[in-house]
Amino acid sequence: MTNTEKLQQTFATALAIDINRITDELAYNSIKEWDSTAHMILVAELEATFDILLDTDDIIDMSSVAESKRILAKYDLRFD
Amino acid sequence: MSTATKPLALITGASRGIGAATAKQLAKQGYDLWLVARNPDLLADQAEECRQHGSSVTTKTLDLTDSQSLKVLFQELQKEKRLHHLVHCAGFMLDKPLMMTSLSELQHLYTIHLQATFQLCQLASRLMTRQRFGNLVLLSSKVASAGSAGQSAYSSVKASLTGLTLSLAKELGPVGIRVNAVAPGLIETNLTEHYSEEKKAELIEKIALKRIGQPEDVAQIIGFLCSPAASYMTGQILGVDGGFSL
Repeated sequence: MTNTEKLQQTFATALAIDINRITDELAYNSIKEWDSTAHMILVAELEATFDILLDTDDIIDMSSVAESKRILAKYDLRFD
Repeated sequence: MSTATKPLALITGASRGIGAATAKQLAKQGYDLWLVARNPDLLADQAEECRQHGSSVTTKTLDLTDSQSLKVLFQELQKEKRLHHLVHCAGFMLDKPLMMTSLSELQHLYTIHLQATFQLCQLASRLMTRQRFGNLVLLSSKVASAGSAGQSAYSSVKASLTGLTLSLAKELGPVGIRVNAVAPGLIETNLTEHYSEEKKAELIEKIALKRIGQPEDVAQIIGFLCSPAASYMTGQILGVDGGFSL
C-alpha cells in the first residue's frame, strides 16, 4: 500500500466516511464528519499509521487533506 | 496477567512522596509502569520496589519544564503501543507571601504545574485516542479551592487545574478518555517537611480526622481512579484531606 493509499484509508477511517470522498480539497469543518472530535481521532490515527509524533504546530496547520500531505512530508513521508 | 495485556501507567514525580506511593500502588494493582522524575537514584530505588510486585518498569530521568524532553519521552513511549493511565504528580510548593514572590518564581510554578501538565495531557491523550481508552489523573490541592495565606502563587496555579480537568473531561470523553484530579490536604511529603511542629499541630487542629495524611492515603484514591471501578467517573476533583475542607 502506498503512503497516499494509507493516508486516504486513515482519513476514511478517522472521519468514518467513504474513501471516495477523500480528495485533496477536503477541509476541516467543511463536512459535519470532520469536526473537532474527528480531528483528534484523525491526528491519533495518522500518528499510528505512519509511526510519527506530530508537532503541535503541525496539528494546528493540518486543515485539509492537501495540507496534511504537505505536513507529513516534513516527517520523511512521500506522497506521489 | 501477561505483559501484553497489562495496563500501562506513566507516573511523573515518581521518585518520592505521592508519586512514589502511587507507583507502588499501581504496581500492586498489576500495572506496568513508566516512572519519570529528576533524581535517577531515587527513581531507581522506587523502580526496584515496583518490580518486586511483578511490574515491568521503565524509568526516565527528565525535567518536565523542558518541553523538548517531554516530546522525546513520548516518542519513546509510543513504541509501547499502549498507554492507559497518566498520573501527573510532579510539582513543588511555594510558601511565600504575595509581596515576597518574584514573577520568575510565579513563572516557574506556572511552567511545572500548568504548562507541563497541559503538554503531558496533549501528548498522552493522542496516544490514548488511538486505543479509544485512557485515564488522566492530575494533582490539584486543597488550597486550590480554599486558598491559603502565603500560598497565593501555588494555590492559583493549582486552581487552574480545576478548569483544565473539567474542560478536558468534556473534550476527551467522546474518545473514551476520563480526566479527574485529586486534591490532597496536608500530606507528609517533602513538600511539607519544612513545616515546624507548631505549624503542623495548628493545621492538624483544623483536620476532622486529627492527623496528617500519608502519601499512601492519596495513592489509594489514585489507584481507585485508575481501576475499572472508576470507569464511569470523569471531571471530578476528589478531596483527600481528612476533612480539612469541612
